[in-house]
Amino acid sequence: MVSIWFFIGISLAVNGGLILAAGIYQLVNPPENPNIVLFNLHANVWWGAILLLIGAFYCFKFAPGKRA
Amino acid sequence: MMPAMVMFVAPHLVHLSRVDVVIVAFYFALVLGIGFYLRGRSNTGEDFFMAGREMTAWVAGLSFLSANLGALELMGWAGSAYQYGILATHWYWIGAIPAMLFLALVMMPFYYISKTHSVPGYLKLRFGEPARAVSAVSFAFMTVLMSGVNMFAMAKVMQIVLGWDLNFSIWISSLTVAIYVALGGLRSAIFNEVLQFFLIWAGALLIPILGLYESGGWTNLKAQITARAGPGYVHLWSGLGHFNTNPMGIHWTGIVFGLGAVISMGYWTTDFLVVQRILAAKDLRSAEMAPIIGAGFKMLVPFIVILPGLLGLAVLPMKLTGEAAAAITGGHSYNDVLPLMLARYCGPGLLGLGVTALIAGFMSGMAGNVSAFTTVWTYDIYRPLFNKDASDAHYVSMGRWTTIVGVLISVGTAYLVMQFASIMDYVQALFSFFIAPLFGTVLLGMLWKRASGWGGFWGLLCGTLSSIGMWAWVKVDPTALRYVALSPDAKALAQDMYQALWSFLVCVIVTVVVSMATQPKSDAELTGLVYGLTPVPSVQNIPLYKKPVFWAGVVGVVFVVLNIIFW
Repeated sequence: MVSIWFFIGISLAVNGGLILAAGIYQLVNPPENPNIVLFNLHANVWWGAILLLIGAFYCFKFAPGKRA
Repeated sequence: MMPAMVMFVAPHLVHLSRVDVVIVAFYFALVLGIGFYLRGRSNTGEDFFMAGREMTAWVAGLSFLSANLGALELMGWAGSAYQYGILATHWYWIGAIPAMLFLALVMMPFYYISKTHSVPGYLKLRFGEPARAVSAVSFAFMTVLMSGVNMFAMAKVMQIVLGWDLNFSIWISSLTVAIYVALGGLRSAIFNEVLQFFLIWAGALLIPILGLYESGGWTNLKAQITARAGPGYVHLWSGLGHFNTNPMGIHWTGIVFGLGAVISMGYWTTDFLVVQRILAAKDLRSAEMAPIIGAGFKMLVPFIVILPGLLGLAVLPMKLTGEAAAAITGGHSYNDVLPLMLARYCGPGLLGLGVTALIAGFMSGMAGNVSAFTTVWTYDIYRPLFNKDASDAHYVSMGRWTTIVGVLISVGTAYLVMQFASIMDYVQALFSFFIAPLFGTVLLGMLWKRASGWGGFWGLLCGTLSSIGMWAWVKVDPTALRYVALSPDAKALAQDMYQALWSFLVCVIVTVVVSMATQPKSDAELTGLVYGLTPVPSVQNIPLYKKPVFWAGVVGVVFVVLNIIFW
């Protein structure tokens, strides 16, 4: 049976990838009115990258057919 | 916590971009995918209702915590932190940690070794059919109603936060939960709860990180809150010497004895919604470790719930008010603080993840209610009262259909609450009637072999009736609060604490008195159910760091240190 941790890895990796992509887009094309506080920290870039890395690690470690 | 009528007027708080919508849609696709994947692994009663009793301590522990970590809980307690300050943390620390450790070390061996399917099932084994019937019927009835109330509250939150239509929110969430629980049973509910646990943290953790950065750290935050609201908002215990020296209007005895010793013990050790997750553990050690793991993470939850509320006090430019005042002025209420903080810091993508965290919280709570209802209905009501000798396949089929019917009843309740808002308050009050007396009954049943079947039944019944009586007394005559909660300065939360304490004591006294006057069960009948007559497997041969008692000690020490730090 596929491990629950693999599903969690997929979820974090996909969400992290989407958030990172959105953050990079905003980094390259900064909006005139960001409408959020601390926009200069670009939280979606580094938070998205962190989630993507954790998700990728879980996907690799708990991949179907591989013993954890 | 979330009165119903007040959310109709406010405009929605956040606007989702395309990437946010994709993240929310991906979440729904993933939980449904897990349900379909697990549908072929839930063919026996043990698989469908108990997840095959093969969950590891980590999975059972995170699921145990996640079933309680609903979005109403997140938003409600963040709002309470804005309203009452750091005092709201008591519901996460003294209001949970001692009870979780007590469940792990004292009560879990009896639940697990008895191989019961449910808490009412344990009462049947220990006290007989009457006690089970009272417990099962009240639990099933209240669980499905609570699920409907939460569903309605969720739809209202989605309306106020996102501008979503009420019917859309109710049907999309309820059908999703119905599909994945009916397909995969408890295993599917548990898998999704663990997933939801991670999403909640991933979506909510940025708020306190960025909030502390903006406010200049914890010391500066405390100074800002003290200047804006008063010193009582940043101390856990130092203001609890009297009812009127803290924003909650509560005395330390209410927190320690009402919340810590009765309400939380009742909820965390006897509410089948959470206990069911632990019963699915693969062995006794995993079942004991699961609540300890849950307790470790529970201590961290204030970081994503209470701290955002406190940060709201310091950094939000507007003043939040109660629901009624917000409805009149068109402003924001306390319960809006978490979405407001989300909108303050989270841009495209992060906003979608934050909203997904809220939806995940709602759905994990709903799935918990539905799976617990299904088990209690099938094993504790349908089987003993209507069809004793059916096949295992028949009960599994009944479980799947009961899941659908339970969700539909919840939807019906949600629409009923939409028409008659006051039902919501009544249902929430009703649920609290059963928790404290049930704890008294189960505790005496496990620790005192002299407790008889009729003692358990009458204790449970009288404790519950006394709780209802006190609630009705204060409802009819509000000045009665001075008697129930021991002070005219007491507020609603203090009433809950003392009402629980008195009803617990009534239950215990009646159980003892009736037991002494009636015939107890023989020792042979109580083997595996009661302290002193239950052979608990030895853990002497495993290393110290693998023993549940060691980790319970670690969690206990951290719990004490945290209370001292934030005294």
